[in-house]
Amino acid sequence: MTKYSAFALFRRGVTGKAWPRAWRHNDLQPSYDVVVVGGGVHGLATAYYLARDHGITNVAVVEKSYIGSGGSGRNTAIVRSNYLTPEGSAFYDRSVKLYERLADDLNFNVMFEQRGHMTLAHNDSSLRTMHWRAEVNKLQGIDSKVIGPEDIKQLAPAIDVSERPRYPILGALWHPPGGIVRHDAVVWGYARAADARGVHIHQQTEVTGIDVVAGRVTRVATSRGPISTRVVVNCTAGWSSLISNMAGVRLPITTKPLQAAVTEPVQPVLDPVVVSGTLHVYVSQTARGELVFGASVDPLGSYSTRGSLEFAEGLVHHVLELMPSLSGMRLLRQWAGLCDLTPDFAPIIGGTHVAGFYVDVGWGTYGFKAGPVAGEQTARLVATGVVPDLIAPFGLDRFERGDLTAEKGAAAVGH
Amino acid sequence: MLLIPCPHCGPRNADEFSFHGELVRRPAPDASRESWRAYLYEKDNVAGWMHEQCFHVSGCRRFLVLERNTITDEIRSVRDVAEQKT
Repeated sequence: MTKYSAFALFRRGVTGKAWPRAWRHNDLQPSYDVVVVGGGVHGLATAYYLARDHGITNVAVVEKSYIGSGGSGRNTAIVRSNYLTPEGSAFYDRSVKLYERLADDLNFNVMFEQRGHMTLAHNDSSLRTMHWRAEVNKLQGIDSKVIGPEDIKQLAPAIDVSERPRYPILGALWHPPGGIVRHDAVVWGYARAADARGVHIHQQTEVTGIDVVAGRVTRVATSRGPISTRVVVNCTAGWSSLISNMAGVRLPITTKPLQAAVTEPVQPVLDPVVVSGTLHVYVSQTARGELVFGASVDPLGSYSTRGSLEFAEGLVHHVLELMPSLSGMRLLRQWAGLCDLTPDFAPIIGGTHVAGFYVDVGWGTYGFKAGPVAGEQTARLVATGVVPDLIAPFGLDRFERGDLTAEKGAAAVGH
Repeated sequence: MLLIPCPHCGPRNADEFSFHGELVRRPAPDASRESWRAYLYEKDNVAGWMHEQCFHVSGCRRFLVLERNTITDEIRSVRDVAEQKT
């Protein structure tokens, strides 16, 4: 792997020599120690940590389209750890820590900008939840506090904190370590670093079947031929039910689209990430100057990624309630990504009743921010066979035990 | 925009409906814990044609069964739950 650095950039600039491919194309081998299904942040991170932390390099990542074509390339790139439950905030806090060091770790600039994350409260009950979250977070050593309208105005002058809106802003949960990352760079960084350690990345390779013999995974059928393996990790988010069904593992997941949109690029107007649960919207400004808007999931279960006019209308209305000064701007494009929603708004990570079949799914609307920690912990589980403490609360068996998590209040903007 | 041909009200915007997910049969009261758990949590989450239950909130306020393709969002049939399956 060519090391990326200012010197390397200067040298290539002077010599005009072409950059080598960031990751290679390999022929599909007849057998791998581990097959990771899904070439998004989660799948690539799992492969990377398997190779880096556990020396397991005979790993294939199979992706039916191109890497980062699913949720990893369609999310709104927000990272934060101010969750409501102790298990949730500990887990996401680890992810923020990994993101802080990721650019160095992968030798790839992922452009993580910790500009702060602000969750607005428009009524007494949400302000009460903000105080609750702040207290849970403080106990865990996570920087999080409740602030008033004056502080909000100072941190984000574009926000209307007056009495004019239908739901005036009463306060906000302020979380300085939160921020945004360049999501594609995270995918590419993990792909390049995993490839450098010997992982094979197979794009345009669709899994068509999984063979289970005597309760154990033995083979994966793909559109490019079969692979024999004893370990399969399902990291396919929106499509995870379909892959799990192939192995005979039934999941409590419903796939729904979530739409997002960006405006034309403008000068910096918004520094922190701003979220409003009441208005079902979250807003951030990218390094390129575009304002990125996300919303809540569509009401219908669907694998369709088409946008709708209702979404654009509702979104614009809500954003203008929040920041009336944006009224002259134009929306540039809108898109949808698939969310694999679980009944308790927490992921499902761990083993299943099929030996060798692991899942890292149920990522709903919060999968991108968890990519590094989920990859790290899943790799540890696969390599050691011991469930790490950080992911112990998120096993598939919690639905059998009736031991669901209670993360709905802080996991997403509105369901 | 998705138009749903309600058997009572005619074609209406999907906004008027609330969706209750895939159609599953409730187990008998004395069924095993496993079948109740499966009824509660496990989903087919079909990519393709599925039957789903929805409620026409802003219309006839009847529960309907919709046959819809989850990849293309095409709708093949809509019936009132009270109607027998043909």
